[in-house]
Amino acid sequence: MEVLLFGIAKDIVGSTQMDLSEWKHPPSSVGELKDFLCSSFPEFGKLSSLAVAVNSEYAQDAVILEAGDEIAIIPPVSGG
Amino acid sequence: MEKPIIEIVDIIDTSQVYGELAHAGSGGICVFVGSVREFTNNEEVVSLEFETYAKMAIKEMEKIAIEASNKWVLNKIVVRHAVGVKNVQEPVVVVGASSAHRNDCFEACRFLIDTLKERVPIWKKEIFKNKSVWVSAHP
Repeated sequence: MEVLLFGIAKDIVGSTQMDLSEWKHPPSSVGELKDFLCSSFPEFGKLSSLAVAVNSEYAQDAVILEAGDEIAIIPPVSGG
Repeated sequence: MEKPIIEIVDIIDTSQVYGELAHAGSGGICVFVGSVREFTNNEEVVSLEFETYAKMAIKEMEKIAIEASNKWVLNKIVVRHAVGVKNVQEPVVVVGASSAHRNDCFEACRFLIDTLKERVPIWKKEIFKNKSVWVSAHP
């Protein structure tokens, strides 16, 4: 299960993507993924906001992650 | 309303937008162009670097255009954002709308840029002489 990383999320992890299936206990929901990120990389906890997109739509914490989903970490946006 | 023009591009040509929004039924066209400012908090900006999650950004920009067309009576909409390195004074975003009467396109134009800034997955890094900062990342 690939997770795409953008903006400061890419800098925090040091990569443009990471593979969750390599993790011992892959997160099963958006909320768990956020908890994993914040505990593995404390810098995520310092951001103004942290959102996750599943299949290129913003996803609430309760959304379940399925194999084959396209998951992306969305740090605070700053377009315009 | 005609199908909105929604794009992520490398370079914005601001002369395009009038032709794209011009419409026989429109008595007004309102356009906002965002560009690179020279100073942020008194610090000189060398350039801005934009990156995006393009697939999602296009979807969110389309949703914003549809929301605008539901709120106001519009004939045409353009939402276009640039990515890559942009220097001082270069345009980075163009949004606009045309409508029969000016009030609809004025209000829609502000909504398009304000909502884009809140929601569309585009990230801006400010490059200063001695450091670079992801804008809005930290409180």
